[in-house]
Amino acid sequence: MTPAKSIYDEMHASDGVRSHYRAFADWLQSMTPERLKRKREEADTLFHRVGITFAVYGEASGTERLIPFDIVPRIIPATEWTKLAAGLKQRVRALNAFIKDIYHDQEILKAEKIPADEVRRNAQYRPEMQGVNVPNDIYAHIAGVDVVRAGKGEFYVLEDNLRVPSGVSYMMEDRKMMMRLFPELFARHSIAPVEHYPDLLLDNLRSVAPAGVNDPTVVVLTPGAYNSAYFEHAFLAQQMGVELVQGSDLFIKDNYVYMRTTRGPQRVDVIYRRIDDDFLDPSAFRPDSMLGVRGLLSAYRAGHVTVTNAIGTGVADDKSIYPYVPDMIRFYLGEEPLLNNVPTYVLRRKEDLEYTLAHLSELVVKEVHGAGGYGMLIGPAATKQQIEDFRARIIADPTKYIAQPTLSLSACPTFVESGMAPRHIDLRPFVLSGRDVTLVPGGLTRVALRDGSLVVNSSQGGGTKDTWVLEC
Amino acid sequence: MLSSTADKLFWMARYTERADNLARMLDVNYRMSLFPQGPQGITQGWNALLAISDLLGEFKNRYSEVTAENALAFFAFDISNPSSIVSCWRAVRENARAVRGVLTAEAWETINTTWLELRKLDSSKNVPDTSEFFEWVKYRAHLIKGVLRSTMLRDEGYHFTWLGTYLERADNTARILDVKYHTLLPRGQDVGGAADYYQWSALLHSVAAFEIYRRVYRDVITPRRVAEMLVLRDDMPRSLSHCITQVYSHLRAVRNDQSAETERRTGELQASLHFGRIEDVFDVGLHEYLMRFLDKVYDLGERVSQDFLDPVTA
Repeated sequence: MTPAKSIYDEMHASDGVRSHYRAFADWLQSMTPERLKRKREEADTLFHRVGITFAVYGEASGTERLIPFDIVPRIIPATEWTKLAAGLKQRVRALNAFIKDIYHDQEILKAEKIPADEVRRNAQYRPEMQGVNVPNDIYAHIAGVDVVRAGKGEFYVLEDNLRVPSGVSYMMEDRKMMMRLFPELFARHSIAPVEHYPDLLLDNLRSVAPAGVNDPTVVVLTPGAYNSAYFEHAFLAQQMGVELVQGSDLFIKDNYVYMRTTRGPQRVDVIYRRIDDDFLDPSAFRPDSMLGVRGLLSAYRAGHVTVTNAIGTGVADDKSIYPYVPDMIRFYLGEEPLLNNVPTYVLRRKEDLEYTLAHLSELVVKEVHGAGGYGMLIGPAATKQQIEDFRARIIADPTKYIAQPTLSLSACPTFVESGMAPRHIDLRPFVLSGRDVTLVPGGLTRVALRDGSLVVNSSQGGGTKDTWVLEC
Repeated sequence: MLSSTADKLFWMARYTERADNLARMLDVNYRMSLFPQGPQGITQGWNALLAISDLLGEFKNRYSEVTAENALAFFAFDISNPSSIVSCWRAVRENARAVRGVLTAEAWETINTTWLELRKLDSSKNVPDTSEFFEWVKYRAHLIKGVLRSTMLRDEGYHFTWLGTYLERADNTARILDVKYHTLLPRGQDVGGAADYYQWSALLHSVAAFEIYRRVYRDVITPRRVAEMLVLRDDMPRSLSHCITQVYSHLRAVRNDQSAETERRTGELQASLHFGRIEDVFDVGLHEYLMRFLDKVYDLGERVSQDFLDPVTA
């Protein structure tokens, strides 16, 4: 049960169970293994029945898998959450200010805080957005910021997901499942609720409707039922009470967006899109996209519809921009960052490249445009051959990569085949911007189920846990 | 309501009803095949069923012989047959999944569980007893329709769901009646008691009409009365008349700027059933009459699609 010395254990300190886990540990003691096993099976059955499944890319279409759910919650004490929440809000404020700046006057580039070509030559930079004004100057309305705890327990931001971050439905379904399986636990703890997330989201989406629209029509735009996150799209639309649409349900007339209904066309004011920029509008971006709406960019630029998140937010969450976020916070807010960035080697810099090539077996190297854990090398876990293959790729084009020290992610006790054992976890809280910057107390905790693995992505065998923020 | 959402609800309902009626049709055929008769009689029954379902060609591509086993495998579990029971349930589930946001959690979970149970059945290769399987299908369909009826908001989605259900049922009842009538009687003749009592009662059982027949007619089973009950009786919930009355009512509830002609045609058909006499039906010939009816139902389905579900917009 006791993890290696260097890893921060969420539940156990060297002198016993941490105080915020004590009530849970007592409860766990009182449970028989049979009862826990039965509860875990019940959870599986329920997730299947509700259809909380995801499709896996590259497998035969229609293959659906459950994301494994672990019944040991990840618990965060109130004091820690307060600090974390303040840091997250600060970060998202600065990122929104950065995106606005980049698509307007580019003051931060003029001040030489960030190399200009790092932005302008970035594939995620959308020149189409230059000079476009968006309601409330908000671009990243929904941010899913990945946070990890490492070292002696301090938090680090790993990634700012500002395009179409997913996972919030699991945050809510995991909570619902825990309350159903173990209601007694909720009587013993004072756990901050997360169930109002859809209300908060809808309120934020309505607040960024185009000027002059009093009672905006909001829709959720999905790529369709075969998308891996389809469950979440349907879930959010249902919870907010808005239409879930596909590109084929929408059309543009006179530069306004309409949806096809059984009673004729109806105007659409705010689109919460869960489709990447590239697929949004075949006349502006990828012409082969079957998912988007022809003419959407033009209607958007005219201010006739709000697209959330805005087009072009990827320029701010790109891994090549990540190292500069602390500077953004200082530049736009005049504040010191409250949350740590992971120290990052930018391989376009000669000295960083040399250091990295000499220390590949200790570092995590990431492709700056990769996502979902696909284009990365985890040095300590890689074979010699994998390291040499990656070395060749880096040398071929160093600007495509950044490198970071391997953080020893914190671990949380988790049920695995052999019983309970510590497994590495991360945390994705969801920060909403619109009327204000807010977040519900909690997030999605992902857990790497394989022993020693640091990869928490659901596409690579990760699971989830309910996340409890204690109110006192 | 989004046209595409209405479309998916409409088809979700149609496929549920189709799975239900397919099980009924197969069950009656299967039961009839158990009565003493030559092998030719058995083949004839399944041939008639394949013909009325427009599937004779598809079947012959896959199976060399028309036997009860082959026909049941083809109609029940063959996923490559788009009209099999399994395929119907898959379509129900896929349509429902695409609009799960507008379904109640109970409705969605009932549909999803049906599919999961079917998959379990299929993968275990432990195919249940034939009649037991058809029973299961019927009761799952009852359950789904019951949950829909008792939990859905009475909005457009509700009307499109039942529009789909009754259009499909009208079609299916007409086919069940036609195939049995064909098998049981020489064309155009009304020979009454000459046909086997058991066969006619099996037909009535398949559409849950046996007890109703007894209560309504309090007399022996004659083909003419069976036809009258399943075509013209408004109060018989699977009759053509009842189905089209329901279609008309749900259609009126969702009417829009372009649906007037569809409504008129439905009303005309409804009136002809409501005021129709069985003598006139038999003057035309029941088979002829049913074929014309199927054409009209097909036309209505197409028109509903054009008016509401897949409208052409600028």
